[in-house]
Amino acid sequence: MKKISLIAAGAALIALTASGAQAQQTLDAVKKRGQVICGVSQSLPGFANPDAQGNWAGFDVDMCKAVAAAIFGDVKRVKFVPTTAKERFTALQSGEVDFLARNTTWTMSRDVQLGFDFVGVNFYDGQGFMVPKKLGVKTAKELKGATVCTQTGTTTEQNLADFFRANKMEYKVVAFEKNDEVLAAYDSGRCDVFTTDRSGLAADRTKLKSPNDHLILPDVISKEPLGPLVRHGDNNWGDVIRWSFFVMVNAEELGVTSANVDQMKSSANPEIKRMLGGEGDFGKMLGLDNAWAYNIIKMVGNYAESYEKNVGPKTPLGLERGVNALWSAGGLQYAPPIR
Amino acid sequence: MTTAVETGNKADLPPPASTVGVVGWMRENLFSSWRSTVLTLLAVYLLYVAIPPLLQWTVFDAIWTGNEAKDCKLPDGSAKDGACWIFIKAWIGGFMYGLYPYDLRWRVDVAAVLVLLMFAPLAVKRLPFKNIYGVAVILLYPVVAYFMFRGFIDFPLSDPQSTTHPWRVVETSKWGGLALTLLIASVGIIASLPLGILLALGRRSHMPIVSTFSVLFIELWRGVPLITVLFMSSVMLPLFLPEGVNFDKLLRALIGVTLFSSAYMAEVVRGGLQAIPKGQYEAAMALGLNFVRMMALIVMPQALRYVIPSIVNTFIGLFKDTTLVAIIGMFDLLGAIQLGNADPKWLGFGMEGYVFAAALYFVFCFSMSRYSQHLERKLHTGHKKR
Repeated sequence: MKKISLIAAGAALIALTASGAQAQQTLDAVKKRGQVICGVSQSLPGFANPDAQGNWAGFDVDMCKAVAAAIFGDVKRVKFVPTTAKERFTALQSGEVDFLARNTTWTMSRDVQLGFDFVGVNFYDGQGFMVPKKLGVKTAKELKGATVCTQTGTTTEQNLADFFRANKMEYKVVAFEKNDEVLAAYDSGRCDVFTTDRSGLAADRTKLKSPNDHLILPDVISKEPLGPLVRHGDNNWGDVIRWSFFVMVNAEELGVTSANVDQMKSSANPEIKRMLGGEGDFGKMLGLDNAWAYNIIKMVGNYAESYEKNVGPKTPLGLERGVNALWSAGGLQYAPPIR
Repeated sequence: MTTAVETGNKADLPPPASTVGVVGWMRENLFSSWRSTVLTLLAVYLLYVAIPPLLQWTVFDAIWTGNEAKDCKLPDGSAKDGACWIFIKAWIGGFMYGLYPYDLRWRVDVAAVLVLLMFAPLAVKRLPFKNIYGVAVILLYPVVAYFMFRGFIDFPLSDPQSTTHPWRVVETSKWGGLALTLLIASVGIIASLPLGILLALGRRSHMPIVSTFSVLFIELWRGVPLITVLFMSSVMLPLFLPEGVNFDKLLRALIGVTLFSSAYMAEVVRGGLQAIPKGQYEAAMALGLNFVRMMALIVMPQALRYVIPSIVNTFIGLFKDTTLVAIIGMFDLLGAIQLGNADPKWLGFGMEGYVFAAALYFVFCFSMSRYSQHLERKLHTGHKKR
């Protein structure tokens, strides 16, 4: 998920020089092409995964669809390019994709050194732990001397080391290349603790032989703000993605859903009016149609709808809103106003 | 009057009971000495430990009926003991075609039926013009298959037919599943043999440039792992191309796989060439054959016959290596199975998917192996020692 790839970093630097020519024209290119090309994860349950019929679905996929709805008023105008953790940055840098919505952690080096712009955080993730109930552990601070199963070469491993060092606890690592191997090792009792990002923990728990014998600890030991990113230097294009996302959050805050957006069009609330194109030229400012936000909400839904449909408590992933709730409900999701 | 003396021979006594039938066979083959007795018992024990649980999981406890993941789980959410084959049933389309558009999958089926129809006549022994027909089919079929997979009509995206028309273009990035595995493997196999032959001849050539080039090519491609070749082709190559020039990913992978296996093939063929006695060359030259005819009529038919096992070995290796395209974001059979494992509706049935993949790979590799043995028998001209 967050493989450290020196190759990609170096390659991206080489490409930096070349990408200047492309600045400021992604939106035009997308319009001319008639399709937005969205880099997604190869397959991550709930975030981006195709079904047996080959249709993509997921939380990140909705982000891609929202952009297509904003530009074309048609969610089918997206081409999904599955990228591996190693490939993703090259794919964006070389122009193979227009933007990435691929559960990528916003870090300083990626923002500054690799030459990308993160346009927002659509999911606040963080690393967590799962333990067997019979261990009797209630918090991560009690994990002294534990054997921990984790994935190699990811920030997960580094965070783990940082956490145990900071708390002056000893631990042993059993590391594997693939998440499924890590999980299998944990399930067969080779280690006491399983650790990965909390977005994956709940789904991984359902894969165990008897999920009810395992417990996800409440501790979150790292910050993993995941969000879409674009090439540095094409600010207009970045704005399109950023505000497509903000529309979804604002719509939730204003109570506009895909079901009621048509009635809301006649709402007297000036904020809703501005958002849905009844007042002002906010779509035109971005170089889009004024119905851009209406299309996003009508075709994809607001933030809450997308969350509940893909990763929420009723899905197999079973993720509570937690820090991803709106700021007004005690969470971190906060979108600047449209005005 | 009866004779007291027997004339003629009595019938032979039957051999001792312990040397015939099942018991005898077992005594001879399984319990002939204390060493083999120990090994036999050990093997029986290992089979006893491994086979019954395997059968229990794959057959007796397995869940065959149902439509949803729920049918494979106990009410408290833990998995049932047996294999959940409904997962395979639900995802079989994904495994076969990957992300290929659902409404167009019949095109892949047609291509599959066509391959059988077009190649079936070659099995007829005395088909007139068989060689010409064979070459024609090998050249023609890829074109047909390409258009079946890709389609004919490239609608602009604003045209609604671009998502509905039965002959619309399907980009190569959407090809996948078993269809993609077979495609990459067969292109690699068909293209690498002639390339390999040329390289092998080049390496043995007396012309310095040709032989140096061949040696360099072979050593370079054999010297790097296929995974590196694919990774370079998908991660580094786009950076050196001008902006907006996107060289098709599948094409890049196909070229990588073909060049890679042709280097191996070259060395296999060279092995065969070295087994041909010098007299054969001299005889051919004495008959006044030029180089091409000498190779085509005298040397190659013998050389290739010697190395059929190695050629098929390389092909089987290539077939299995195609799974590496998963690392460049393409979903071959194995990649499609991993997609299935990430479907939120079907979390936790990874084992079933991998068992299914293993079974399919075995079927294809084993068929190739049997076919090569059939070829060896058919072309057998007295070299073989049995």
